Formats: sequence, C-alpha cells, structure tokens
Amino acid sequence: MIFVPLAGAIVGGLLLRPISVRRAGVLATLVAAASFVATVVLWAGLSPGSAVTFSVPWFPVGGRMVEWGFRFDALTAVMCLVVTGIGSVIHLFSIGYMSEDRTPARYFAYLNLFLFAMLVLVTADNLAVLFVGWEGVGLCSYLLIGYWYQDPVKAAAGMKAFLVNRIGDAGFLIGMFLCVGIFGTLRFEEIARLLGQADAFSLGDLPKLNLAALFLFAGAVGKSAQIPLFVWLPDAMAGPTPVSALIHAATMVTAGIYLVVRMSPLFQVAADASQVVAVIGGATALFAALIATSQRDIKKVLAYSTVSQLGLIFLALGCRAYLAGIFHVVTHAFFKALLFLGAGSVIHAMHGEQDILKMGGLRRALPHTFLTFTVGWLAICGIPPLSGFFSKDLILFGVLSNGGWGLWLTGTLASVLTAFYMTRLYVLVFLGQSRSPGVHPHESPPVMSAPLWCLAIGSAVVGFLELPHFLHLPAVFGGYLHALIPEAPMPDGPLGEVGAMLVATVLAVCSIALAFVVFSRASGTVPGWARPVVGVLEGKFFVDELYHRVIVEPFGWICARCARVIDPRIVDAGLMLPARLCRAGGTVLSLVQWGAVQFYLLVFVLGALAVLWAVMGRMVTL
Amino acid sequence: MGAIGTGALYWTHYIAISLIALGLIGFLIRRNAVVVLMCLELMLQGVNLLFLEASVRTGTPDGILMVVLIITVGAAEAAVGLGIILNLFRLKGTVELDAFRSLQG
Amino acid sequence: MSSILFWLVAVPVLGSLICIPLSDRYARWAALATGVVGVVLAGLLYAAFDPAQADRFQLAVEFPWIPAFGIRFALGVDALNFPLVLLSKLVLPVALLASWGEQRHARAFMICYLALDAAMVGCLLATDIFLFYVLWEAMLIPMLLLIGVWGSKERVYAAVKFFLFTFAGSVLMLAAVLWVFVEHHAQIGAYTGDIAALGSVVLSTTPVLYGLSPMDLVFLGFTLAFAVKVPLFPLHTWLPDAHVQAPTGGSILLAAVLLKLGTYGLLRFSIPYAPLAFLKFQGALSVLSVIGIVYGAWVALAQTDMKRLIAYSSVSHLGFVVLGICALNTDGLTGAVLQMVNHGLSTGALFLLVGILYERRHSRELADLGGLAEFMPKYAVFLVFIACSSMAVPGLNGFVGEFLVLRGVFQASPLFGVVAVTGVVFGALYLLVMLRAVLFGPTASSENRALSDLSLRDWAALVPLCIFIVWLGIAPGALLSRLGGSLDGYWRKAVPSLSIGADVPLREGGRS
Repeated sequence: MIFVPLAGAIVGGLLLRPISVRRAGVLATLVAAASFVATVVLWAGLSPGSAVTFSVPWFPVGGRMVEWGFRFDALTAVMCLVVTGIGSVIHLFSIGYMSEDRTPARYFAYLNLFLFAMLVLVTADNLAVLFVGWEGVGLCSYLLIGYWYQDPVKAAAGMKAFLVNRIGDAGFLIGMFLCVGIFGTLRFEEIARLLGQADAFSLGDLPKLNLAALFLFAGAVGKSAQIPLFVWLPDAMAGPTPVSALIHAATMVTAGIYLVVRMSPLFQVAADASQVVAVIGGATALFAALIATSQRDIKKVLAYSTVSQLGLIFLALGCRAYLAGIFHVVTHAFFKALLFLGAGSVIHAMHGEQDILKMGGLRRALPHTFLTFTVGWLAICGIPPLSGFFSKDLILFGVLSNGGWGLWLTGTLASVLTAFYMTRLYVLVFLGQSRSPGVHPHESPPVMSAPLWCLAIGSAVVGFLELPHFLHLPAVFGGYLHALIPEAPMPDGPLGEVGAMLVATVLAVCSIALAFVVFSRASGTVPGWARPVVGVLEGKFFVDELYHRVIVEPFGWICARCARVIDPRIVDAGLMLPARLCRAGGTVLSLVQWGAVQFYLLVFVLGALAVLWAVMGRMVTL
Repeated sequence: MGAIGTGALYWTHYIAISLIALGLIGFLIRRNAVVVLMCLELMLQGVNLLFLEASVRTGTPDGILMVVLIITVGAAEAAVGLGIILNLFRLKGTVELDAFRSLQG
Repeated sequence: MSSILFWLVAVPVLGSLICIPLSDRYARWAALATGVVGVVLAGLLYAAFDPAQADRFQLAVEFPWIPAFGIRFALGVDALNFPLVLLSKLVLPVALLASWGEQRHARAFMICYLALDAAMVGCLLATDIFLFYVLWEAMLIPMLLLIGVWGSKERVYAAVKFFLFTFAGSVLMLAAVLWVFVEHHAQIGAYTGDIAALGSVVLSTTPVLYGLSPMDLVFLGFTLAFAVKVPLFPLHTWLPDAHVQAPTGGSILLAAVLLKLGTYGLLRFSIPYAPLAFLKFQGALSVLSVIGIVYGAWVALAQTDMKRLIAYSSVSHLGFVVLGICALNTDGLTGAVLQMVNHGLSTGALFLLVGILYERRHSRELADLGGLAEFMPKYAVFLVFIACSSMAVPGLNGFVGEFLVLRGVFQASPLFGVVAVTGVVFGALYLLVMLRAVLFGPTASSENRALSDLSLRDWAALVPLCIFIVWLGIAPGALLSRLGGSLDGYWRKAVPSLSIGADVPLREGGRS
C-alpha cells in the first residue's frame, strides 16, 4: 500500500533526529517522491470503477465492527496524486528554504508525518479512519505552524489552529454518531449503497439525515476554515512558508472538501444541509476576499485568498456541483502552492520581510519567481487558457444552474475581488520601483526555482483535463470520476455556459485593469475617502478581537472562578464542614476540662452522691 | 431490707457523721494535697466508726470484718497516695493543688 | 496455572518481606524484580484467560477463613477486573522506577509500594465481599504512608484528607455490606460472603427512611464509597491535594489504579446488587459525571501547578467513564472499561513526566518552566505524545475509548452526548495550554537551560507505557477480544428489568 513506505519514512525521520543535518531534507524528499511513484503505479493499475482495498478489524460499535479499512479508487487516486506530487515538490523547495534552520531533521520528519496523515485521510474507506487522518493532519499542522516555538506568538498560532480544528472535530464526532445511528455503519461504500436504495429511507428520516450532514460539515468548517471557524488559518501563516503551501493551500484544508464529496450521497439527499453548505461557502468566499484586499502581509493575502477559494468550492458543493469542486481543488492546489512558494521565494530573497508595501520592482531581481508567479496570478484570476479559468467557470456555471442567481452573484463577486486583490499583490510586489532601497534581493537557488516551474507548468496545463461542456469534447476528469461523483445536472444550452464564461472573464479582466490603475500609481498611502473602509478590511472585520472579547475572555474568567472560588471555597469547604464541626465541638467540649484538681474532686464526690442516691432510692421503694 | 432507714440514731452515729462531714469539707476545700489525703483518711475513719457501731449493736462480726478491710486498703491507698504526692512535689516543688493544671483544655 | 491469581497477590507480599532485611540499595532492585515478576505473571494471566467464560469468575482460588459465616479468602477473575489487574501489574514497575531517586527510607518506601500493589490486586480479584472490604481498607494504609511520609510540603494535610474522605465512604459501604450479608441469611438461610451468591439477594423497595428503600440505601452506601474514590463531583476535592503532595510513584499508582477501583466497585457491587436503585439514581449520576467532565476541564485550565492540572484532568476523564456506565448500553460500557485502562496509561505517563521534571527542577509551577522543548527535546516528544493520547487523538488509545463512550452516551441521550463531546474540546484546550507553558515560548529562568534530558531509567519507565498506548490505539481488539461478549451481556444480567439488546440502527444494513 502507499502509506506503508510513508509510515516507514516517518519512523526513519524521527530516528534521524540526532544524526544528520542536510541529509534529512534529501531523505524526506526521496520518501515523498517514492510515495508519488507508488501512487502513480497504483493509479495506472486501476481500471475505472474499481478499487483496491485492504482492511483489518479495529473496534466494535453498535454491534458492528469498525475496521482499519483503506480504499484506493478514482477519487482517492486524484487526491493522492495531488498530495504526493505537490508534496514532493514542496519537500524539494523546503531544502532550499530551510537551509539555515537548526533542526532540519525535525522539520522534515513533521513534513513526512503530515504526508502520512493526509494519505490516511484520503485512502480511508470509512469515517473513523478518515478521522484518524483528519486529526493527524491537525496535529501535524499544530507542530509545523508552531515550528519556531521560541516565539510565543508562533506557538500560540499553532495552538489556535489545533483548538479551532478541534471544535470542528466535535461536530464531526457528533456527525459520526448520527451516522452510526442511522446507517449502522461508517463505511462510505455502504452508506452510499443504503442511500441509493429507493425504499431505504422515508420522509421522516430526513431531519436526521440533515443533522448528520450538518454536523459532518461542521467538521469541514473547522478543517477548511470556513465561517465561523476560519480564524486559525491567517494566524497559521506564522509557520514556515513551505508549510503554508503544503498544508494550507494544497492539502489539509481540502480535507473538509474531500469529506463532503465522499459523503456526497448523503448531501444529495439532505437538501437543507447542502443549502447551508452553499450559503456558508458563498459568504466565506466574499468575506475573505474583502479582507484580502487590504492586507499588507504577503502571506496573509494568500491565506485569506485560500479561505475565499475554499468558500467558492463549498459554494459549488452546496449546489451539488461536486465535480467542479474537486476539479477546483486540484487546480487550486497547483496555483496556490505555486503562489505560496513564490511568496516564500520573495520572503527568502527579502531576508524575512513580508510587508508588501515595502516591496516592489522585484521582477528584475527575481526573474524565475516573477515568471512563475505571473502564471499563478493569471491562473487564480481565471484567465484562459490557464487552469483556474476552467475550474472557476465550471464552478460558477454549476452554481448558476443549481443554486440560483443570488449564490451565483456571490461567487462571481468573490471572483472579481480575487482578481482585484491578486493583481494588487502582483503589482505591489513585482512591478514598479523598489520601495526598500537598502535591500538587495537575490534570486533563489535552483532547488527552490525548479519546484516553482513544476507548479507553474501544472497550473497552466491541468485545466485542460476538464473542458467546458459546450465544446462537447471529452472531459477527461469528469469521465474519470464519473462513477463516484454524482454529476450536477447542467442545462445543455450553449448560451448559458458560454454566457457565464464570458461574463466571468470580462469581469475578471476589468477587475485586473482597475487594480493596475489603482495600484501602479500607489504611493503606499490610502486616500482619505477610502480610509475607514480599508481600516475595517485591514482589521479583518475585527473578527479575532470579537472572538477574544466574547468567547476567550469570559471563558477564562469562568475557569478562574471555578478554580479559585467554587472549588476551594464552596465544594471543598462544604466537604470539610463535618471536619470543622468536629473540631469546633471538640474545642467546646474541652472547656469542661478545667485542669483544677479540686474541681475534679468535687465532681467525683457529687457523682458518688448521685449514685448513692439512686441506689438508696431503689432500695427504699423496694 | 425493710429495716433500712428506720433505726434510731445513737451518739456514735453523730460522731461518725461529723467525721465524715468534716473530712468531706476538708477534702473539697483544702488546697494542700497532703491535707486532702488526710481528710480522705478522716472520712474513712468515720465510716469505720459506723461499721463498728453496727457490729457491736447487732453482735455480728461483719462490721469488724469491714473495718479490718478498710484499714488495710486505706493503709495501702495512703501509701500510694503519699508516694504520688512525693513525686508531684519533686516535679513542681509544691503540693498546692492549684499548681497542677496541665490537664486543662 | 490455576493458582496464578494467588501468586499475583502473593508475589508482592513476598517481595516486601524480602525487602525488609535488605539495605536501601538492594531493596530497590528487589522491589523492581518483584514488579517485573508481576508483569510476567500478568502476561501469563492474559494468556490463560478464557474469553468464553468472561462473564463469570474463572481461575478461582479459595481458602477458608471464617467458615461459620461462609467467609473465605477467595480470588477470581472475570471481564471486569481482568483489564484492571493487568494494568496495575504493568504500572507497578513504572512507579518503582519513578521512585528510584528517593533517598529517605528507601527500603520502607519500596515496601509500601509492594504492599499497596498486593492490596490493590487482591481487592480487584476478591470474590468474597469481606475480603474485598478488608483489602479496600488495607489499600488506604500504604497510600497514607506514601503521601504522608514521602510527599511534599503539605503532605500531612493531604494524606489525612485522603484517608478520612475515603474512610468515611468505606464505613457507609460496610453498613451496606452487612445489610446485604444479613439479608442473605434471612432470605436464603445460609451465611456466605461470596459476591456472586450475594447478588441473588432481593432487596426490598418499600421506602423506610426519608422515602428511601433498603435497596436505595444499600446502593447509596456502596456508591458513596465508590464515588469518593472515582472521584465523582462534588466529592473530588481530596484528589488534587493528594496528587500534588504525593511522590511521583504514588501519584502514578493513585491515578492509574486506585481511582479505577471506584468505577470497578460500581460495576461489581452497586449495579448488580441494587439495579432498580441504580435506575433511579442514574440521572443524578449522569448529571454529576457530566459536570465532572466539564468542570474538571475548566478548573484544570486555570491551574498553575502542573500536577494539579493533571489531577483535575483525571476528574474530567473519569467523568467520561462514569457517564459511559450510566448510558446503559454496550458501547458506553465497553468504552468505559477501555477508558479505565487508557486513562491509567496516559495519566500515569503524564505524572511520570511531571515527576521527571520535578526531579530536575524541584518545581511544578508552570511559571517556572517554559521553552523546555529546546533543552529537553526527547522529553518534549514524549510529553506531546502522551498529551495526544490523553486528548484522544485517533490512532492512540484514548480515541477508541472516548469514541465508544460518547457514542453510547449519544445513543442514550443526544443532549448528554453533545455536552460530553464539548469535553473533548476542553480536554485539548488545557493540555495544549500546559504544553505551551512547559515546552514552548520563551523560558522563564536560566536554570532551565541546564536541564538534562531523559535518562536511561526514564526511558525504561516511559517506553512500556508508550508501547501499550500505541498498541491499544491501533488494536484494541487485543483487550476487547479477551472480554468476549461479556460486556454485551452485562446489562442483561445485572439489570434484567431493562430490555436492552445490541444497538439496532435506524435501518439494518443489508436488507434482503
């Protein structure tokens, strides 16, 4: 199986810790590449509609046995290829990026561990094993985000990620319990089969099914950073940039999407839940895009961009356009990873500077980075013929066909904003004149540039896997996944699809042009009329502050009250009450002991007289 | 049994009662441990007198038996008591009862 | 082989006797050897246990004691005490290794541990109710000594508090025991101390005292004793003090085994002897355990002393166990039994790690620590690993137990299920806070820089625990298969008035 070599790699990586320095990087990359090769081999051997499976019993629930079950089918193949392929590329990039790190063995061990957990997640054949991978990637992201733990801010960011994820996981657990209760099993295959039987469920079961779907989606909200649990992702930029690329662009955050797609038979039936998914996705897409327009940190822009793109995907999933969603996952993995690695290259070149307002004119100093970043930029804006164009249009068309105008407008608006802020980023970083005269940036070594080019080629080419329907050309991607993913019904008329495409593309181009105009002449300061708006946007709508005020602080107060007041003074005091009473009673009673011998003599005599009286009294009456 | 409490009071009874009363009062009032012990002995003597009188009046030896017993035990008890008082004196340098308050509280 | 139970109890006793004439140095090794022999015996027990007969006592050992009253020295193992016996035998060498560094009266120290082990295992294996009671009380004395003599600053207060709390409960239990014993004679005509036989006593349910029937009173007598031990909110306040003041090995044994005796008692006595009373009080118990889960986590969050934090985490975790029992279904019960073992392993390991730190730094205050991941990297790995196990990260032991408990609770009452699930989040919260305070961030004092990493002894103590943590996480079947179907049948047998079968899902999979 795929993950066995990976499991070996983790152990190897962990044991290597005291030994090597740079070799760790090479070993880790080779391992990742090996898993990629294994994936390809398995994929090649896979005939459509079939799967390779493997399972061992794990523990019993509800009378049935949950197993360590693994499954390699078409969907898994796609995800694995993305994960291992892009993962290997990022491993390679890390060798260059982390060249000055003191504990590379630890870093690469964590990276490999992450890869392992992600692969477990996507090869799971039931919800429980998926959850193993799910929490596994959560753990690894905690370790990797907080990698530079000497800085308390970074350590706190890692903790935040894990915790917010955990909140989602609580929902996931409840969803799992509901599934056991409804279906009696956690295996995807069986759930799909049960849902497929026409007479299996009645109308009365619908609320339960909706609830199950909603709770599972709650887990996805946490993992894939949707409203209201997205707050961890921007903070997660505290980690090394390759980590951001791998975890937060290409793989971990897509786990939530993968979950929803795997459970698509459930979401197909649970219409209300799907509606919620779509609404949250759309809202997140818009919200995050707005925030991204005013961020100064290059990584934060990309972070909010990721949140926004994920929102877009959920929007599609909520509108039953699962194929579009997965397709965008693949294309997004390519160009977002590219963008992040490019940002990493920039940061590396600028010796750690991440504020875009201090950059500029880097196109001359970093040619490779500039060119590849251009590809990524165009892809994310949805410009043909790059991959982003195809996938985004597929999504928007799916939303239009199944979700209605409101959702389509939301998605389109988010896309327009995407083009806007990405262009802003592009202009401010690469074009114009340098705003930091003292800094002399240098291009990255080939170790870092080669991955960039790989991803750039991928971003450009991958789009052709799924051509728009109206061309009636073979849709490779969709055909491949056809058996697994229900396809959203799409009206056949060419006008609808072409029209949507044209509208989206034209708007994107306009947006790009606008951004060029605005930011090419930018002096780094915001004009007065825009300042309040920009202030709010730059402050991320103050969501973090809100959470802190409303949730974190009161909760801390409650805990402190419990610990300092309730427990010691109320509970403990209550239980110590008998002890105190005894002691008090003893103190009172001891007052009888005067210590004076004469008093004792008196008592002695009186006692004797009393006895005598009693005895005499009885004798007299007798 | 019926004869209890119905007998006449002879002059020996008065003496005996006086002895007991005096002994009791002294027992309770005096502060010197030796004097308290002596008062205790006084009470014993009063009791002895009562027993003797009863024995003489009824002509049975029971009373004299009791007296012998009381004298013996009294002697032993006085010896022990004086021994204790001696040790107390060694401890505190006095035999005033007020000085021995360590059992207080 | 059939007398293995006897040896399980006798070996520690013999070990302690051997230690008496030895010097401090040799006493440690003798005690450790005894512990290892105990582990070997536990392994043999594991092999000898017959899953098919897991619902009754097997491998029984019996000696007459007070024949006139049918009281015997009788040991037997069944599904309920089997996991706990294995756990306590396994944890003993760990606790001994943790206490290796104690310099004052080391010989007596070791003897206390061995005596404690003998009493605990004997109590678990007892099939005679008076033997159980005697050993229950007997456990208190070594523990009292361990805390009171070799503990920290406030040790006397903590030891006395521990003793009095537990003793008060035990006295109530004695009353209940005697009642059942006398009732048995009244109803059946013979005196016996056999636990299984006493189960056939029918206690009356007519109210006699403040609306409580004899069955209620017996139930309360037993349960209050066990509730103190578990500890169930609000009787938990002895635990933080006891744990904080106890020496490391004492804490380990306390957390790993002693606390489980409370839940074991619930399953062995309270429920089978007074099932209707249990049903009556089940709601209250559930509420208390849920409060324990959540409140325990909240209070843990606000602690500044590492050991106190872990102590409150025990309150939280055992709340899950009791809640699983109160769920009245197979999943909850299986999860509860699993969690008893899991908690022993994880929390035992946590206390071990705290002890390792305390040895070096002589402080448990979080404020004195910080940034240790840089100076003690191997320690950091273990701490994170064990914290994950405690947090119920899937793949490690805690997950399966918690999943089963939560699933059982959810099935019984979605409301309780949802509240209990929040316990999962809070659990992660305080552990992460602890990790951050100890391992990450800037270091609080320069002393921390010079701390040495794990020694060979530390490795020897930690690794066995970690092996089991991983093993039980990946293959809990190793333990569960031994229990056979006895847990399924437990509710049917103990509470026959409740018609509970295996869970039936909304739709059976595979309808023809």
